[in-house]
Amino acid sequence: MSLLDDALLDDALLDDAMMPGAAAFLAEKPAATVDRAATDAGARISTASQNAAQTTAQAAPERDAQYNYAYLDEQTKRMIRRAVLKAVAVPGYQVPFAGREMPMPYGWGTGGIQLSASILGPDDVFKVIDQGADDTTNAVSIRKFFVRTTGVRTTESTAEASVIQTRHRIPETPLTEDQIMVYQVPIPEPLRWMEPRESETRTMHALEEYGVMHVRLYEDIARHGRIATNFMYPVLVNGRYVMSPSPIPKFDNPKLDRSPALHLFGAGREKRIYAVPPYTEVRSLDFEDHPFEVEKWDECCGLCGATDSYLDEVILDDAGGRMFVCSDTDHCAARRAAGHVGPMAARRDLKELADRTAAE
Amino acid sequence: METSLHAAATAAAFRETPAPFAGPAPGPAPLLNVSGLTKYYGDMLGCRDVTFALWPGEVMGIVGESGSGKSTLLGCLSGRMAPSSGQVAYESERFGVVDVHRAPEPVRRNLLRTEWGVVHQNPRDGLRLAVSAGGNIGERLMAVGARNYGTIRAEALRWLREVEIDATRIDHLPRTFSGGMQQRLQIAANLATGPRLLFMDEPTGGLDVSVQARLLDLLRNLVSRLGLSVVIVTHDLAVARLLAHRLMVMRRGKVVESGLTDQVLDDPQHPYTQLLVSSILHA
Repeated sequence: MSLLDDALLDDALLDDAMMPGAAAFLAEKPAATVDRAATDAGARISTASQNAAQTTAQAAPERDAQYNYAYLDEQTKRMIRRAVLKAVAVPGYQVPFAGREMPMPYGWGTGGIQLSASILGPDDVFKVIDQGADDTTNAVSIRKFFVRTTGVRTTESTAEASVIQTRHRIPETPLTEDQIMVYQVPIPEPLRWMEPRESETRTMHALEEYGVMHVRLYEDIARHGRIATNFMYPVLVNGRYVMSPSPIPKFDNPKLDRSPALHLFGAGREKRIYAVPPYTEVRSLDFEDHPFEVEKWDECCGLCGATDSYLDEVILDDAGGRMFVCSDTDHCAARRAAGHVGPMAARRDLKELADRTAAE
Repeated sequence: METSLHAAATAAAFRETPAPFAGPAPGPAPLLNVSGLTKYYGDMLGCRDVTFALWPGEVMGIVGESGSGKSTLLGCLSGRMAPSSGQVAYESERFGVVDVHRAPEPVRRNLLRTEWGVVHQNPRDGLRLAVSAGGNIGERLMAVGARNYGTIRAEALRWLREVEIDATRIDHLPRTFSGGMQQRLQIAANLATGPRLLFMDEPTGGLDVSVQARLLDLLRNLVSRLGLSVVIVTHDLAVARLLAHRLMVMRRGKVVESGLTDQVLDDPQHPYTQLLVSSILHA
């Protein structure tokens, strides 16, 4: 008898109504059903079913039934979904919502988490990106949070995911109509740096007074000879609202334009939700004689040789050694699995890095 | 006896009516028509029952002691402050005759950054201190849709030259400028979109006399060359004499005397104006 059956049998004995046959049946059922049974049986059973599910590995992650599904209560999720509907109806407009306290500090993605919590269903496949990577602390923690509170399946592959929560990047793999991007936004107001008064920025949005956004770009050119803003690069959505696309690099701005996926932006501290619906025009602001341009690199990715992806610079030693690697780890690993080899992929001292990303 | 009375009456009438030949190039209709403008702050009086007309190309001075309601009046005239009662009608190039305080907010804000300019006493109120001189001048251009960096920059350089600021300072922040330069930059930033009407609140306040003289000289040149209409608030009668064609003297929120500048200053009728004129210090 497996540990799973053992545990369930154990639970079943505690609960007089449950027969060994029922326990075997439960073992084959999805996690949610197990949890419902566990709730009935009490806290100890819940712990037991947790142990049980761990042994079944990836197949059906269980959720902690001590929490409501996806942590937030149903009214809150409904309220957030109403805000999302409004945001989708008015592309780029910042919809205020009654943001809740989340079990993490502001600035760690409370806005994105509330959005994900409101839209994740039991059949969704969830992916979390932080700095383009799936294995950084923030990404791992948020993924674990939702596994525990929803039992949702997770993935690191962009193509498999139906909901992708992100802070800094849009994946290199093109998005599809079946996917939703959720962004963690620190400062939703694009006019904030030019105009500190909230009442004034709202009036400016209402009256389409967006001249000051260009003053910011003017300052860039005057000071640096080019538009040096590299992230949170302001965009005009659907020809109406100027929007801050969260701190994604401007490299990703063109991916927002007429994207087939739904993009939702949540700011937890500022309590704002805004959206770019599928196939919406998103234009990056620029000057006629200084058109919008994305970042370029002289090098290719050291591991997979990609020349068309966003690259991170990695310092290798204190003698000036450095390499450029894809910021999107999933993209890089997929390319190497398909046989692409970068100039530094064969280096022994980088083997650990290459192996780690390849394993994902 | 009778004739002298008659002369006094006509002189008074002459002062009260907005003389058609007061400005250098009077147009067919007044640019600004103000009637019964009153502003209370709670039960405190800001200004009361101010009525006048400003003609194209005319410079109207508002003088009076501190606290007499000059700035309140200017705020109400330029639509930045809502009056308790009364009306300001502005003859706009784009919108026709606009009742400033009953017009929709977009119209008012549009006027403020296109056909009007506001020069604050403290240049820090009118400039963005974290934005370079060029950016400050370019802001109004970009606000009305200029999207060509080269053109905006050329225009900024032209206006810097107009107000006698060295072209090498174009990328410097206004906070590195002297007070006089900041004031000139503020004027340049206001003139960039070619406004027809300028509201100035003590533009020479806080500047030393030689800088004041240069600024006044500059203002007089610009006003006459560009054919601007100006409402200028000042407590300095010398400034008023130099710039204004017509003068309104305010005291405790009310206009006590108005007329041609030289007339009011050389032959003051109201006791308060007489006091004001007699208290000018002579070096």
